[in-house]
Amino acid sequence: MSQPEAAAVPTWRARLRRVPWQQLTPLAGLVLLLIVGSLIHPAFLTSTNLFNVLTRAAFIGIIAVGGTFVIIGGGIDLSVGSMAAFLSGAMILLMNALHGGAISPLGVVLIGVGMVLGSGLLAGAANGLAITRGRIEPFIVTLGTLGIFRSLVTYLADGGTISLNFALRGVYRPVFYGAFLGIPIPVWAFAVVAVLGAILLHRTRFGRYVRAIGSNQEVARYAAIRVARVRTLTYVIQGLCVAIAVVLYVPRLGSASASTGILWELEAIAAVIIGGTALKGGSGHIWGTVVGAIMLSLIGNVLNLTTAISEYLNGTVQGLIIIGAVFMQRGRQGR
Amino acid sequence: MTRSFRTLAIVAALAFGVVFAQTYVIGVSIPAATHGWTGGVNWWAAQTKARLEAAYPNLQIVINTAGSPGEQADDIEDLIAINRIDALVILPFESDPLTEPVASVKDRGIFVTVVDRGLSRPGIEDVYVAGNNTVMGQVSAEYIIGRLGGEGKIVVLRGIPTAIDNERFDAFMELVAETNIEVLDSRYANWNRDDGFIVMQDFLTRFPEIDAVWAQDDDIALGVVEALRQAGRDKDLFVVGGAGMKEIIKGVMDGNELIPVNVLYPPAMIATAIEITALKFISDVPILGRYILDSPLITQENAADYYFPDSPF
Repeated sequence: MSQPEAAAVPTWRARLRRVPWQQLTPLAGLVLLLIVGSLIHPAFLTSTNLFNVLTRAAFIGIIAVGGTFVIIGGGIDLSVGSMAAFLSGAMILLMNALHGGAISPLGVVLIGVGMVLGSGLLAGAANGLAITRGRIEPFIVTLGTLGIFRSLVTYLADGGTISLNFALRGVYRPVFYGAFLGIPIPVWAFAVVAVLGAILLHRTRFGRYVRAIGSNQEVARYAAIRVARVRTLTYVIQGLCVAIAVVLYVPRLGSASASTGILWELEAIAAVIIGGTALKGGSGHIWGTVVGAIMLSLIGNVLNLTTAISEYLNGTVQGLIIIGAVFMQRGRQGR
Repeated sequence: MTRSFRTLAIVAALAFGVVFAQTYVIGVSIPAATHGWTGGVNWWAAQTKARLEAAYPNLQIVINTAGSPGEQADDIEDLIAINRIDALVILPFESDPLTEPVASVKDRGIFVTVVDRGLSRPGIEDVYVAGNNTVMGQVSAEYIIGRLGGEGKIVVLRGIPTAIDNERFDAFMELVAETNIEVLDSRYANWNRDDGFIVMQDFLTRFPEIDAVWAQDDDIALGVVEALRQAGRDKDLFVVGGAGMKEIIKGVMDGNELIPVNVLYPPAMIATAIEITALKFISDVPILGRYILDSPLITQENAADYYFPDSPF
């Protein structure tokens, strides 16, 4: 067999052609925002500000990593913001109730964390099973649970705010405010979740199944993929990601109320789509989602750092950038 | 539920051979408890219902909560058709969409009390009870100006873009403009703790020197405080919130230096409105008119008067 010459010794031209340019557009948007930010204010590029941005991106980013699985699998989850609020409220109430008993404050916090992770898995499973076993559209199921979780947290809070006992805050506070090797803990958690998510999505059989189901559910079924189980699992992953975000969120302000996590679901979906995942499912990347989440957080930060744009127009600028970012990807796909 | 309760009450009355002179029904329509302040409104409404119904057996109070202006309009219809109310106490979700529904209630000869947000057309309500957003902004400005001696740099965190927010903000800015105080910037924090935290983080990044923060609202103020602590800049400045959240009032009582005062905008105004409306049926005293509640400055000296530990807000 004769080898084609180009394949044996790839020229720089061939190498360049192999770079997935269109997938890199989210990254280009990110770099552009960084440049704009550094021009707008000298303090923008300080490590404090950049870590502020990354720490904020961590909540939405971790949730969006789970959302990437759901959306690539052809589903959608609208309940994540309410779920986060409900889990936060339930966690604080549990920890307050356990405090002062025989368990040490550290033990109380660990039990709280365990409860949240377990409940996140269960809540995700409930969404997933209602969708697959109940044969109801994901939009409807998660719209329903959006309302359920939101009203449950309002009920738990008696319409007010649930606040963590101050004795427990001291123990739990470092989970948000602490740093390891100079990098805030939430940023580490975001990185770990993203890497694990990327391995699961791009390097395992499960990841391939998710993409197969998202691109064509019937064909996946004929290929003997257990569609219902895989789809349910994507919602379980989503639930777990919400729980991890909650574990990081609660120590920030030590409180939860009916206004916690409002519109997080839309921000998470936006992060996934800006990152290059198709809303109709089938294809996408975890790293794109990570970039998308950081971009959303950066936009808010840059707007807060300048008086050039009226505060009344924040939403307009955000909307234009989101649409522009997705247009750049889609525009290139057509060629 | 209320219907069966009514039936039960009538049956009970007949059984004991008591003849009610007449039962008056007051319908109360308020926004659902979606954030701290409306949570307080709900709590005060429930408290007042319990107190008045216990004190006056011929008064019945029905409370409905709505999640949107449309839902609130439906609630009003239900209060008329099902509960056959003699009076309506309403804290409108928004002024414009609820003006006509409330006007039609009035046309049926039902007594109308409007709370907090005025209707868009004058002359509909019999009684109007409200806080004073302009005074709230002025009191906040006066405190900050006095404490800074008319000089310094401040940042402002605003609420949700609404008429309420504008009245507070404009009144505040008007007084501050007459001094040497520089308002570095103002941004919306949506009466929300998380947004307060984020906006304040960015203010701290931008401005190396801040002498005071007007957060306008207690939820925002709590987020601001966490951002200040994180940056290690919680000394040498102070934060002024507003509304009268119990945790903040407690802090003022205990001499908190970061949030030394509070400016009242009481959710208990719903209780004032229900009590005044009840007077119409239990007495002959004149009640028609406008009741504008003050927004006093709450300091360590008078904080105990405004501290309600049982309220959720």
